[in-house]
Amino acid sequence: MSSKAAILNKIKQNQPGFASDLPDLGVLGSEQFDVLETYKTVLKNIGGDFVEVSNYDEIITYIKNNYELQKRIITTVPELSEIARLDWKNDDPHSLQDVELTIIKAHFGVAENSGLWVTDDILGQRAAPFIAQYLAIIVQKNNIIRTMHQAYERIGNQEYGFGTFIAGPSKTADIEQSLVLGAHGARGLIVFLLD
Amino acid sequence: MSSKKTLDHSQAASVFNKDEARVNWHDETLWFVREKRDRSANQIADWELLRETASKIKNNVLSNIHDYLVQFEEKALENGIVVHWAADGKEHNEIVHSILQKHNVKQMVKSKSMLTEECHLNDYLAEKGIEVIDSDLGEYIVQLRKEPPSHIVLPAIHLKKEDVSETFHEHLGTEKGNFNPQYLTESARHSLRNTFLTRKAALTGVNFAIAETGEFVVCTNEGNADMGAHLADVHIASMGFEKLIPQRKHLGVFLRLLARSATGQPITTFSSHFKKPRDGKEIHIVIVDNGRSTQLGREDFRNSLKCIRCGACMNTCPVYRRSGGHSYHNAVAGPIGSILAPNLDMSKNADLPFASTLCGSCTNVCPVKIDIHDQLYKWRQVLVKEGHTPASKTIAMKTMAAVLANPTVFNIAGKSGRFVMKNIPAMVNNKMNKWYDQREMPEVPEESFREWYKKNSRESKAKDNE
Repeated sequence: MSSKAAILNKIKQNQPGFASDLPDLGVLGSEQFDVLETYKTVLKNIGGDFVEVSNYDEIITYIKNNYELQKRIITTVPELSEIARLDWKNDDPHSLQDVELTIIKAHFGVAENSGLWVTDDILGQRAAPFIAQYLAIIVQKNNIIRTMHQAYERIGNQEYGFGTFIAGPSKTADIEQSLVLGAHGARGLIVFLLD
Repeated sequence: MSSKKTLDHSQAASVFNKDEARVNWHDETLWFVREKRDRSANQIADWELLRETASKIKNNVLSNIHDYLVQFEEKALENGIVVHWAADGKEHNEIVHSILQKHNVKQMVKSKSMLTEECHLNDYLAEKGIEVIDSDLGEYIVQLRKEPPSHIVLPAIHLKKEDVSETFHEHLGTEKGNFNPQYLTESARHSLRNTFLTRKAALTGVNFAIAETGEFVVCTNEGNADMGAHLADVHIASMGFEKLIPQRKHLGVFLRLLARSATGQPITTFSSHFKKPRDGKEIHIVIVDNGRSTQLGREDFRNSLKCIRCGACMNTCPVYRRSGGHSYHNAVAGPIGSILAPNLDMSKNADLPFASTLCGSCTNVCPVKIDIHDQLYKWRQVLVKEGHTPASKTIAMKTMAAVLANPTVFNIAGKSGRFVMKNIPAMVNNKMNKWYDQREMPEVPEESFREWYKKNSRESKAKDNE
């Protein structure tokens, strides 16, 4: 007998005979709070930062003033072509190792934990938000929702090969519980909250 | 550790306790994490409802795990993922090795996976000439020191920055005496970045696997699982079969609970959902049993399979905090490890269910409501019945049972006990008496309660007044 058959047989034999029903999730996620304010507070608390902008020009100005433009900046957002390259999506992901800043869009953000939902269709490459020294994510203010329950309602049966919630910069506290930003991934995360 | 004889928990704990200042620091550090968990949980009005819901979902999983596994495999295959089944640790390791061999890989990068610790994958692959580098910073530190992780979430929590500095100086050439965590982390970042960029294969653990969609979720703060997986040609994900949850929307419940319970964060920095491999690349899932199906059949202990590995029970445990993770001599330490380990090997792990005060704090913080302290208590009974406890304990318990069962014997024992403690204290206050190890013996009362009661009860007073 294969291991698969043996494992499944034993599980069938040993799992509880009584069936317990799945609970109703509809009762969860009804907490009321100021969604945008909560988002901002939580993001700051976990080491991220935000800028409120009303158009892409303001994003371009912010990037020009705060990042070194001579270093490699990549994006998937055509409106930012003035400051960032768009022609890297089919490159070997290893070639992204010298990227200083990746700028991408998120489908939506979650107020309770400041997580931003991104999937590979808007990432360009899966490695892009991880391998860069810094990360910038654009999200529309009206796409900030309350909790993870609303997040999965929104995701529903969305098809993707890869998707991730990004909440703040990469970090670790593995040395004596001292928080250090920039463990392996981005050292900093800036979120552009777009009107 | 393998060459030395494994100390039992209380022996190892007394070694750990020799450095009192360090034990106090360890204790306080973990309690600090527990407090962060409390603050975070208290901000969620529905926290208890979330725990209850998570527990119910996991109960449903346990009773339908066969069908969910079949469904998960079917969906994962549709998604282009290769699925393997491993009956035990040995088979798991062989499968991983065969995948690496097929791709002619001699070096692999690995993110945190307690399952691979349980299976001793690194040692196995080292014997086959394959180098594995652990990329979680805490795991990287303990790996350089040739130690196992001491905590499932905080692998290097037993170490101070001075220790890490010394280790990095030796292995990475960092400045001697530079204890700055920022500096030390930066050095590891540089070293590991090179590792990520040069490995063709990456192994990750699995936090949740979704039956409905065939995808799996890996949570990290560092981004190390993603750095490994997205740069490698082959991504291997190892999972115990209990990691299954029925539907995608159930992640909403578990992701709200996991990081808050673990470290007090609202969510881990990255919660990555892997559904399909990149074009031309491979994802393999190894579904591992290794005793889990046996535990599923133990009615009193099957709930331990609900565990989502947050570590909250360790951070709160007064015994864990003061004995350190290594004293549990098991991949998973602390209260949850102590109810999982006897299932793997009863005689080797018979000491662990006794490494508890049964205070119940673990049960109170568990995000999926596992009755941890009840199970610890029940394991003790199983272990004694099956003859796995040390003879001294068995004899002591049997003697005590005989004394307590017979009033005359009890009386005599009490009298002689009081006599000995008063007149020849050295007979009990000595090294032979394990009870005396960490305790002072109590003051000796003049009389037993029974004697006092005889004099002072209403009946005897009435008699005296007659």
